[in-house]
Amino acid sequence: MAAEATAAVPAGSGYSGDGLGGGRGRVLRRLVHDPKGVVGLVLLAVVVLAALLAPLLAPYSPTQVHFETPFQRPLTVGFLLGTDDLGRDVLSRILFGLRASLQVGALAVGLAVLVGVPLGLVAGWWRGVDAVVSRLTDLLLAFPFLIIAVGLAAIGGASLGNAAIALGVAAIPTMVRVVRAETLRTRGKPFVDAARAMDASGPRILVQHVLPNAASAIIVQATIIMPTAVIGEALLSFLGLGIQPPTPSLGIMLSDAQQYLLRSPSAAVLPGLAIAVICLGFNLFGDALRDALDPMTVTARRRSRGKAAR
Amino acid sequence: MSHVAGGAGPDDRPGGPVGHALGRGVEGAGEAFRALRARIAGSSPGTTDGDVEPAPEKVFGPPLLEVRGLTVTYRTGADEVPAVQDVDLLVREGERVAVVGESGSGKSTTAAALIGLLPGSGRVAAGTISFAGEDVTHASPARLQQLRGREVGLVPQDPMSNLNPVMRVGAQVEEVLRAHGLASGRRARERAVELLGHAGIPDAARRARAYPHEFSGGMRQRVLIAIALACEPRLLVADEPTSALDVTVQRQILDHLEHLTESTGTSMLLVTHDLGLAADRADTVVVMSKGRVVERGPAAQLLTDPQHEYTRRLVAAAPSVGAARATVRAQAREAPVAGRRHDRGDGVPVLRVEDVTKTYRVRGRGNGDLTAVDGVSLVVPAGTTTAVVGESGSGKTTLARMVLGLEEPTSGRLLVGDDVVGEARGARRRAVRRAMQPVFQDPYASLDPTMSVERLVDEPLRVFDEGDRASRRRRVGELLDQVSLPRDAAQRRPAELSGGQRQRVAIARALAVEPRLVVLDEAVSALDVLVQDQVLELLHELQRELGVAYLFITHDLAVVRQVAHAVAVMRRGRLVEHGTTDAIMGDPQEDYTRELLAAIPGAEFYAARAG
Repeated sequence: MAAEATAAVPAGSGYSGDGLGGGRGRVLRRLVHDPKGVVGLVLLAVVVLAALLAPLLAPYSPTQVHFETPFQRPLTVGFLLGTDDLGRDVLSRILFGLRASLQVGALAVGLAVLVGVPLGLVAGWWRGVDAVVSRLTDLLLAFPFLIIAVGLAAIGGASLGNAAIALGVAAIPTMVRVVRAETLRTRGKPFVDAARAMDASGPRILVQHVLPNAASAIIVQATIIMPTAVIGEALLSFLGLGIQPPTPSLGIMLSDAQQYLLRSPSAAVLPGLAIAVICLGFNLFGDALRDALDPMTVTARRRSRGKAAR
Repeated sequence: MSHVAGGAGPDDRPGGPVGHALGRGVEGAGEAFRALRARIAGSSPGTTDGDVEPAPEKVFGPPLLEVRGLTVTYRTGADEVPAVQDVDLLVREGERVAVVGESGSGKSTTAAALIGLLPGSGRVAAGTISFAGEDVTHASPARLQQLRGREVGLVPQDPMSNLNPVMRVGAQVEEVLRAHGLASGRRARERAVELLGHAGIPDAARRARAYPHEFSGGMRQRVLIAIALACEPRLLVADEPTSALDVTVQRQILDHLEHLTESTGTSMLLVTHDLGLAADRADTVVVMSKGRVVERGPAAQLLTDPQHEYTRRLVAAAPSVGAARATVRAQAREAPVAGRRHDRGDGVPVLRVEDVTKTYRVRGRGNGDLTAVDGVSLVVPAGTTTAVVGESGSGKTTLARMVLGLEEPTSGRLLVGDDVVGEARGARRRAVRRAMQPVFQDPYASLDPTMSVERLVDEPLRVFDEGDRASRRRRVGELLDQVSLPRDAAQRRPAELSGGQRQRVAIARALAVEPRLVVLDEAVSALDVLVQDQVLELLHELQRELGVAYLFITHDLAVVRQVAHAVAVMRRGRLVEHGTTDAIMGDPQEDYTRELLAAIPGAEFYAARAG
């Protein structure tokens, strides 16, 4: 502490001479310096690119059947990852299936974040609103999401969009609770008092102080929702409430293949693997993003390393 | 005033701590020395507990703890960073040694190394630690476990977090006894009650069945002392045992601790940041800085005639060393310099508190209203510093929160100019808010950890819609200069700054919108003495330049003497005394004020010297 005010700022941060007005790109810098972040980013990039470029990459149409060659093993000539029970090319189906799964996942997460985060913030800040919002989320929690999915399917027909909405709605209550808890935690901090003392309004404090401090919790929650939604989509599709066959999705492929699990395990394993890669990518990325956003991470990581070394 | 007789206390049964300790037989030498000590103590009743010089040379037993060339390193990443280097330390039987230093000086690391409780990344890189002749530097964890508690007791710093909140305190004392196999079953329970009684907890049998939250901070610290002394250790390591407590409580605890160790002849290693406290309580003082011992010697000698540069600075900065320092900041009370921003007449009150009362409804209590602030009236003249002093629970923080408009007073008014805080609306309301800015106690918590320093300082400007981006940026630069923060700190986050730097950021923020009053709620309490001194100096300079008034909330009367023009002493929500600093400090009218003054660590020491 005696050496106060003399330690140098890490070099290589490109801001102007007086040190003011800079500081952007800091999160990205930290992200790419974190091995977890790099691996996560690469995995996600691969998955997203594969999904986007599916029409170009896929050797066949995902619905094209080859009755003469069902249950081909991977690395068969003509079918890199083999074929399923109807002789459809597994590679093509995975590529197109990724699209569906990612769409569902992104939609569900988007819905949960867009609805859950503001509700959570508001509920944590204003007590009156809290009473209403919290009861509503309790109600939603008590309501099995399958019922919601069935209801939506009954109204609008089974579709990818309805499946995503059902999954997103099911994820809202936990998101609200997480954000509300973070808001309650942050609102008691002296820096919020300081902001109130300078007459900052509630919404301003929520956006400027509470939201950034809740960011890591929100990200963690989102990275949990994402894989849950991908798997949930599989469940809904299996029940006929989601994507309709023969349109491929990873979930449908899994449920189709499980009838022939012994005969052709690869048709079940490969889509499962794809789901695992999606989940891993999001988890790693989310982890790294949380660390990059967290101003305390440097010390925390040091400490944990010390413990691990013991 | 005999140490031994006093120590036996109200509970002098055979098998009590005293008899037991002697009975346990700390070899021949120790016993002989104790007898000698008892004789000295008995025959010279004039000697005080405080060991104020010129006390006769104390006689200590053989070395109990001997540390040679201790070097402790922490692993951070691939590097080994030394936290403690080449430290020698000697604690003899019955001796009280204080290790003094700022945070980061390695004093706590040294203490932790002694009892084998270094955090995971730390290790003893060189040197030896021997306890009662046994080399324990690399003793097995099992042996250390045995030593801790049994031979070496530890009184930790924070009484709030060191007790298990879901366990009755009696059971927590019993646990130690059981763990070391000293007692079991009913015997352990009785012994625990006995120990709690010794530690100064009234009605111990009943209170042993209480939970920690039912105890005040001071009482909790007594429980921790009971735990530390449960096995009658030969050495007591007290790491900042009273830093979290009020001064008057601090004094009681230290008196009691001294009393207990004295009576059993336990040695004590006291780790503290407070030089005054060390002078009051220790026989020998060891000063540490940046991991090294810079000076050691008898307490009195070290404080009156410091040899090392660092010790000199420490002595000079110690607020408790008030008498000698009264002149240093005398200019603080001189007529303010002209040409400042708010010279709308000095002496015109910037804040008037009129008969303000705040009551809280306490849940679960039948007739329960808690009056936190009770009919307080005071005036803060422009450009001056008014200190509000009191212990925790005296209502001083509630008062500050009402001033800042964070709490509504139950009755009474707070006026800024002609506007009532909390009632003014619209533009007036903004003006009122703008006129007063806060600096809070804990610089770790009062700055949003996600924001950069620049954004933090910029925030009030944005909230009050001040200027455009370019002018705000200029202003931020100006403010950073004013609080002597380097420009390269602008993009750092609070976690990357030291405590003093953080408090500078908080001050820069408070000054951003040119308030007429800054409310400093324990703003320097969490800082090291030298840093505290720098921050006080900064505040003083800013007041001179900008003519800003301070409402200085603190528990530390020693600091008040340095900075304040006027002092208001609060107790249990009431204003017990109010007047100029010189009047209150020089000639306190109320017993409570006198008590507070006497409780300042080092006060006795200096009073004795001055007298």
